[in-house]
Formats: sequence, structure tokens, C-alpha cells
Amino acid sequence: MPRYLDVQPPANGVQLVTLQRPDALNALCTALLAELAATLEAAAQDDQVAAVVITGNLKAFAAGADIAEMAERDLVGMLDDPRIAYWRTIAAFPKALVAAVNGYALGGGCELAMCADIIVAGSDARFGQPEINLGIMPGAGGTQRLLRAVGKPLAMQMVLTGEPISSRHALQAGLVSEVTQPEFTVERALHIARTIAAKAPLAVRLAKQALLQAGDTDLASGLRLERQAFTVLAGTADRDEGIRAFQEKRQPHFQGR
Amino acid sequence: MPFQHIVFAIEDGVALLSFNRPAQLNSFNTAMHLEVREALKQVRHSSEARVLLLTGEGRAFCAGQDLSDRNVAPGADMPDLGESIDRFYNPLVRTLRDLPMPVVCAVNGVAAGAGANIPLACDLVLAARSASFIQAFCKIGLVPDSGGTWLLPRLVGMARAKALAMLGERLGAEQAEQWGLIHRVVDDAALRDEALALARQLATQPTYGLALIKRGLNASFDHGFDDQLQLERDLQRLAGRSDDYREGVDAFMNKRTPAFKGR
Repeated sequence: MPRYLDVQPPANGVQLVTLQRPDALNALCTALLAELAATLEAAAQDDQVAAVVITGNLKAFAAGADIAEMAERDLVGMLDDPRIAYWRTIAAFPKALVAAVNGYALGGGCELAMCADIIVAGSDARFGQPEINLGIMPGAGGTQRLLRAVGKPLAMQMVLTGEPISSRHALQAGLVSEVTQPEFTVERALHIARTIAAKAPLAVRLAKQALLQAGDTDLASGLRLERQAFTVLAGTADRDEGIRAFQEKRQPHFQGR
Repeated sequence: MPFQHIVFAIEDGVALLSFNRPAQLNSFNTAMHLEVREALKQVRHSSEARVLLLTGEGRAFCAGQDLSDRNVAPGADMPDLGESIDRFYNPLVRTLRDLPMPVVCAVNGVAAGAGANIPLACDLVLAARSASFIQAFCKIGLVPDSGGTWLLPRLVGMARAKALAMLGERLGAEQAEQWGLIHRVVDDAALRDEALALARQLATQPTYGLALIKRGLNASFDHGFDDQLQLERDLQRLAGRSDDYREGVDAFMNKRTPAFKGR
């Protein structure tokens, strides 16, 4: 049983994972990250799960890393930090990952949200990388994924000043895809996840990979990778079913093959 | 914490906050700002408060910033007014606008400068017949703050907003009512009682539903029609899950008076 997470059984192909460390504004201590990595690893293997929604509470998605824990670790300790492997697992989750963000998404919390494929934010959400205020810097993708999402000037401003931005600003900058009333953020994220979960799993998986590669590679290589993935799907049963259902004007029944 | 510059109490669901520096026409200094902030924090966290009533003691409602706080020795640097707005005035009007309950404002006398714009951030404004609104900023080289430049054109139209802001003339309560700047004018002697009666009546209503109405109407100024329709759908979804809606429908079907709990 995870201690810092509430993990719901999958429903309609979607698993809801809620960070539950409310007294610490869901600060991402190592134990919490370990539980999250293990949960996503299990979800990746679970045929009942096609997509995962990750959320916190109305006050905070996650307000950063556990500062006390970090203070104890010296240079050598940082080199051996087990968190590196947990972050890698989270970022490598092969199925759709949707973040429903209310309240604070700061530091590691903002980095965790950016590990998701889609971010839905409540109207009062705040995104920021305040590490600089502590004499440190983002260490789990905050300088990389943020720049790719919002562009250089805003990423520089956020990382170098440590000042957070509103969800409205985040929407305008492209960090989040939708802003909702805070009470509906999770519902909306679940709805999006269920929509994805109803699609052909292999198509979702390859499309996700192709999109992630778009941020890492040059256009020619990206187009080549896209074409390869596109070709691979031509050999799947779900592709035949999808096209046939479209022609016969009915709902497709995907098998994941 | 005992207050010196305001009167504050929560009773029968009504949080009453009255500016109390009558000799200075209830103008804001830092100490009064801090007390108002503390009181509003208590309102927000109170499980009892279902309405906020804002008013002033003495003959004025609020004369805005206390300029004796702003006197600068010859040759000294002028203070950064933006900082004071960031620290005090903007959080104050934001809090009034965002407070999840109706905010009634009883303007009992002169409302000048920021004091003229704070009522505009409230939801239902009553004013004494002798009260007046003065956008005094232009008289000392300043700009209407506390949301004035945003709210005035939306309430009275751009032509009147510009005249008020650039001429800084006194706008009487009756004219303010005719222009749609405030909800209602009341005889001076009756203002306090009428405002309290209105607040007490609102305190028996479905507070959560009223808070959602406030959210919807406040957002309408920033939204296009389509976005607002979607917001209405979402707010109605929330309202429909409330205990008070259930109670309201049940009372209607059974022809009895509903007993709303505010949630």
C-alpha cells in the first residue's frame, strides 16, 4: 500500500493517482517519488490501464521537493541520488499521462507536471521554478522541458527570478492545454484520459513517442521517425478495424494488436 | 487580536467590517491596511460568515490614502506608489471580488480616491443620500487605482468614466445610482439599518450558489459569449451538487420555506 499516494483501481482504462501529503503541500519526498515511479511501472504493465491521470489537491499539485531531505545530501550524495532513476521511470511512462493541476505546481511539482503529456490547470494554479531562491536550480527537467514548452524568454525569467506564473499565463505560453474551474480540473483530465483510452493503444503509444521526439530531434529525423511509426501501425489489426469502422460508420473495437 | 483602526465582528452570519479612523475620514494608513487584511482573512476562514458588510464610522466612508503618510521631505526621493498598490490596494480589491460570499458595501459619506473604488469591487453597494464619490487622483497628478480604471468604464461607460477620472468632480449618490455605479440610494438615517437588514437577509440565502453567481458575473467582463456559456455550464454543475439546491427544490415541491445552510 502506498503511503503518499491514493491509487484508484482503473475505470474505463483510466487510473487516477492522487498525491497525498497535504501537510507538506505534496512536497515530493523521495519515498513519494519512489511510490509514484512504482505505480507508473505497474500501470505500464497493466492491460486494464490505457492512461493515467495524476493530481494533487485544490491547494497544491506539488509545491516542490522535500527541502530538509535535500539539505542532508552533499555532492557525493547527489551523485548517488536514487531520485534520478525515479524521475527517469516517470518520464518514460509509455502510456498517456495527464496532469490535473490545482494550486501550486512549483519546483519538482512543476517538473512532475511537465513529465505529463497533457496538463489541465485550474484557474488558480501557479507554475514556477523557485529553486534559484535557495541557491540551487531545477534538477529534474525544469530547465529543459520548460524551455521547450514556453520558449526561451519566459523560461529564463521563471528559472532565473524564481517567480511563478498564473494558469492563464501558462495557457497563453503553451505550458498547459486547458484552464478549467478548479473544481473540474480532475473531471476534465479524466474525460480527456478516457477519450484517449478509447483509442487504439498501439497508435496512442507510437503517436506519443513521435511527439516526444519532436522536441529532441531535427525535423528531417523527426519526420523519418514519424514515417517509421506510421508504417509500423499499418501492420496492426487495430488499424484495419479503425479504418473499417470508419467506412461502416460504426464504433471501432480495438484489441491492442 | 483587538483592532484599533477598524470595527470588526461576525454575528448571525454577517461579518461587519467598518473603517474606524473617523478623524482622518477613514483614510488608509499602513496600520489600517494590516487590520483590514487580518479581518478579511478571518472572514475567508470563518465557517460562520455568509455575508460581508463593509462601511465606515463617522461622516466619511473612506478618503483613500492618508496623504500625511506620503509627505516627503524636500529633496528626498518620492516613495514607489506601485509598491504600496502591490502590497495593499490590489490584494484588498482582489480579496473583495474573490470572496466566496456576497459583499455588501454601505457608503455612509465621502468616498474619495481608493475609497471611491473599493465599493466598486464589492457586490451590492448602498449609499447614503448625502454620500459622494470622488475620483480625486487627477487632482494630485495620479491615476485611479484599486481597479478604478477597469471598473468605471464597465459600470458607467467610457464617456462618463473619463469625465469622472479626469475632472475629479464630486458625484452625488443619487447621480451615481442613476448612472448604474451603485445599486441603491438610502436616506442617511436609514442606511446602517437597511444595509444590515439586507446583509442579514442574504445570510439566510444559498451562500455557495451566490458565490458561484458572483464568479460567473465577475468573469463575464473577460469572456466572449461562448466562453461564458461554458462557464455557466460548469458553475451550474457545481451549484447542482450543493445541499442548498437539493433543499431549495424539496422546499419548492413541498410548498415550504427552504432552510439554506450555505453549502
